[in-house]
Order: sequence, then C-alpha cells, then structure tokens
Amino acid sequence: MNKKTRILIVDDETAIRESLKDWLLEDGYSIDLASCGEDAVAMAGEKNWDIIVLDLKMPGMDGLETMERLKEIRPETEILMMTAFATIDTAVKAIKQGAFDYLVKPFDPDEVDMQIKKIVTHKQLVMENILLRQQLEDKSRYDEIIGRSDSMQEIFDLISRVAPTDSTVLITGESGTGKELVAQAIHGNSRRCYMPFIAVNCGALPDSLLESELFGYEKGAFTGAEYTKKGRFELADKGTLFLDEIGDISLKTQVELLRVLQQREFRRLGGQDLINVDVRIVAATNRNLQNAIREKRFRDDLYYRLNVISIHIPPLRDRKEDIELLSEAFIRRYCLEMNKEERKITPNAKKLLQDYDWPGNVRELENIIERALVIGRGDKITEEDLPFSKKTDTLPPLPKSLKLMEKVHIERVLSENDWNISRSAQDLGIDRQTLYNKIEKYNIQKED
Amino acid sequence: MISSISSNHIIIAPIGSFIKDSILKQLVEFIYDRCGLDCRIEAKVEIPDYCHNKIRGQYDSKEILKYLISHSHPKSLKFIGITELDLFVPILKYVFGLSQINGTFSIISLHRLYPGFYNDPPNPNLFFSRMQKTTLHELGHAFGLTHCREKKCVMYSSIRIADTDIKESSFCSTCFELFKWHRENTK
Ligand SMILES: [Zn+2]
Ligand SMILES: [Zn+2]
Repeated sequence: MNKKTRILIVDDETAIRESLKDWLLEDGYSIDLASCGEDAVAMAGEKNWDIIVLDLKMPGMDGLETMERLKEIRPETEILMMTAFATIDTAVKAIKQGAFDYLVKPFDPDEVDMQIKKIVTHKQLVMENILLRQQLEDKSRYDEIIGRSDSMQEIFDLISRVAPTDSTVLITGESGTGKELVAQAIHGNSRRCYMPFIAVNCGALPDSLLESELFGYEKGAFTGAEYTKKGRFELADKGTLFLDEIGDISLKTQVELLRVLQQREFRRLGGQDLINVDVRIVAATNRNLQNAIREKRFRDDLYYRLNVISIHIPPLRDRKEDIELLSEAFIRRYCLEMNKEERKITPNAKKLLQDYDWPGNVRELENIIERALVIGRGDKITEEDLPFSKKTDTLPPLPKSLKLMEKVHIERVLSENDWNISRSAQDLGIDRQTLYNKIEKYNIQKED
Repeated sequence: MISSISSNHIIIAPIGSFIKDSILKQLVEFIYDRCGLDCRIEAKVEIPDYCHNKIRGQYDSKEILKYLISHSHPKSLKFIGITELDLFVPILKYVFGLSQINGTFSIISLHRLYPGFYNDPPNPNLFFSRMQKTTLHELGHAFGLTHCREKKCVMYSSIRIADTDIKESSFCSTCFELFKWHRENTK
C-alpha cells in the first residue's frame, strides 16, 4: 500500500492538461489540474503535491512567478517546467531559480517518465536520509534491553523472530519493565528500521485529543484547527506506530482504531479523503486486558487484532539475576554522561538491591542508580547511597489511607536522613515547623 | 486456456486504414486464449479530418477516441480499434495506443510496431507479438487496470518499444486476478 505520488499539472491549454493527466493516470499517480498560475497558488494553500508540472508560458501569472510563489508555500515540492521550443532560455533560468528540470513540449514519453521517476527516487532518498540521521542520534540515548535471565533470553529470541515480519505485536508487562524499548528493538530489527518509529502514549491524552493525535485533522474541523495536521498514523507511514497504554483508551476510540486496523485507511477529523497507510502496529499495556474484556471495558475483537503476537515482559522481582547486570549498565551509562569515574557497588549495597521488591521495575532501578551516583561521594556505591536503609529494606505493605501513607512516608524520609529535621523537611518540601507538627500529630518516634 | 466464456463479447475494427483480415483474426484468437472473451470483427470505421494534425503529421488519438464514443454505440463489452496511423496525444511525441480507463474504447496503432520503423529487418513474429502485447495492455486499461511494476507483465508501462519486447504477452498473476475482478464487476 504505497502512498501514491501526487502530481499537479498547471497549463492553460486543456488538451495538454488532459492528455498528460490521462497518461500519468495509467501509471497510478494521483493527479490534480490547474488552468492558471493563480489557481495553482491558491490550491497549494490547501493541498500538497510531490511534483508540480508547470507550464512556463501562461497568460496572467507566468511559470516563473508561479514557481516562486509555490516554492514559498511548499518548499519541498519539486517543480518540472514545461516549455515550447522558443522559450528554452527561460527554462534554463527556471532551473537556476529552483526548478528540478524542464521538458520540451511535446514530451518524449521516455523523458517524462525518467524525470518523474528521478524526482520520486530523489524525494525518497532525502526522506530516508533525514530519518536515518534521526535514528543514529536517537540510538545513543537508548541502551539495548539487558538481561541474562532465561525469561529475557526468550524475549530476545522472540524479538528477533517477529521483528522482520509485519505482524502486529502486543507487549504486556508492569510499568517500568521497558515495553517501549522492546517496541523499539522490534522496529530497529525490521525492514522498516530506516522509516519512522512513532510512539503515542494513549493513556496520557483525553479522548478527543487522542483521536486528533492519531488521525490528524483538516483545517476548520473544529474551533482551533487553524491548519491541517497530520496524525501519528500518517507520520508513521512505512514505519512502526507504537501505541502505549492501549488498555486505557475509551470504547469509542477503540472502535475507530479497530476500523483503521481492519481497513488500513482512515479519514482525518473533518476530512473527506480516505488516507492509506502502511504502518506496523506495536501496542503495549500494563493492564490485564482479559479482565478488561470480561468487564466490557475493552473490545475483544480489538484485542484479537492487536494480540497477533504477544510478548510478556516479567517484572524485575521475577528475574533478580538480571539486577546486577542492569545496575552495571546503568552505572556505565550515567558515569559516562556525568563525566565521572565508573563506580563499583559494595557487597552490602548489592544485597540490598537483590532483596528489594522493585515495584517500579527496571525504571525504578535506573532512577535509584542515577540518584546514588549523584548523592554518593565515595568511589563505590554503598548502602548509604540507596534510599532503602537497613530499617526499611523489607518494606511493610503500603497503607491505603492517605493519612497513614503520609505517616509512613515521613517516617521513611526521617530515617533516610538519620532524623536530621532540616534535610528531611527539605526532601518533603515543607518547612521544619510543619514537619515537627506532623511528627507530633502522627506520634512518630525515632527507632533504635 | 480459461474456461469461463463471457456472455458478452468484444468488437475489433480497423480504424481509418485498411488492416489485413489475417491480422485481425490472429487477434481474435489471441484475446480468446488470454482472457476467455469472444471477439467479433466489424467493418472499418472512417475518422474525420480534424483528427489529423498536419503540423505533426500524426493523428490525435484522443480525438479519435472522442469521435468513436460519440458516433458508435457498440452492443459489446469493449471496442478495440486497430490502425496503421501514427498516433499522438498533445503532450507526447507518440503513443502506441490509448484507452479510456474503465471505459469501452481502445485504439492501437501498428505504426511503431513494425521492425522496419526502427530500421530493423522485417520479422513477422516479432511484429505479431508486439501487436498482441499492445492490444492486451490497452484492453487491461479498458478493464480498469493501471500499470504494473513487474517488467515481464503485459501491464508494465511501454515507454519504448524495448519495454514491449522485454515483457510477456500475458498478465502477471496479480494483474490477472485484478483483470478477473474487474471483468466480473463490469456488466
Ligand atoms: Zn499503459
Ligand atoms: Zn502485472
């Protein structure tokens, strides 16, 4: 489902316009016509073309002026000048002013065909270069997914097998397990790797915004839509669209999404034209979708569309053998970033890391390592640098009530700061008096 | 080759010039073999003078199609005109043929299919095969097909005669499926 190359033909002679249109239609291009420069310029405000074939000599606004105006509105559109024999000098001038090339009327079929194919290839190359550069820049930001546990080895194996296919993948796992990294690995190992990887956090946006984000909108589709905007589906064309927090979308948006997945085409909000896209979908959720289906909060037909291949990332507490490897990788990355010597972890600190439950998974481990490197002063990471001190290394189950939660939290911060009131108050973001009041109110006592 | 024989048929007629009966009969057989469609040969159609462009010394294929559309009302599925005249459209130096995409009429010029046009020695087999490919190609357009990316497929765009010589005188499997689909949806 390649997107059609869109061509605008501008010529005052009907026979020329029509015959070129017929001929290009046979090649499956999408064609629009304008009979004068003024019309072309007006149309360019509304619509975008890959190529404009422009007659040099027209009554009213001539080819050169039209080209200048068009280039202002749509600098990325390539222009092919057409000219009769007598005006070749001007055509050469047109090239100097930015036309891709010129063709002499009547065209040699061979020549038009070659010129158009040249532009199409050229545009693809430019696009691919932009994307390639972005990807290289991004790469340094993401370490690979790390793990030597059997469960992670299985995931690596699965990624390498499914990546080259175009299958839809559903990634499940608790928050912080690295679902987006897996999605990126799938994209990076697929034939789409030089095309865009576009991520949407479906849980972060309200319904109405999510739809316009996914499908885009036309100018005037609603108040505030001052220009036409491409949605994420269009931006991800030929690449991968990562739909994060898919379990959080409303039933209404689920219907829209299902329709796109089935038909691979959609309309922008307020738009008439059907837009075809070639997009691979990778979705992720930390919710139990089967429960959601039972509770009628998630459509089962959408679930089956998405869950063609499922990858479940286990929580960190179920693969504790990966903690050391992950910690080392994070230390390496952050020391490099902060321009510090690499640090080792003391055996005691290692034990604390091993025994902790990691409700926030890999992301929590990463945050804790980063924090330890910032606050730690020695050449090693010790248990002092870790937020879970000796006293709280086995955390009691968290209370449900907000008040109790506040009490437990204050106790924890006080203990982390060895009951230094000033520092604890600072960490809590309150003043010392307020902290004292709360200690009294909750009857918090120093243990020992 | 194809079992389903259409209830409808195709008309083949010479346009503006005499065409040997043997050539037309050859095309009838060929189309039946490739598409399972019956063809009938009809009498030569004369074309008006204005189709002739004296400056270019060629015939405007679009004007000929327009004339056919307004003056003949065939009770057939499709109408294929065959001519010896050299055809053009206003924007191009020449065309091998022209069709209304999804329409009734097509016209094919034999003028640039003869090896002699390219100063090559006469070769009847080569000429016949070029004619077959060009006809099937235009018929494909008349049934709504656009060009194919497969160089061997008859729906590959023939920009030079060399393109015609490289391709085969049949649809690739995809184009054949599309052809059948369009054929069933043209009533
Ligand atoms: Zn064609
Ligand atoms: Zn084909």
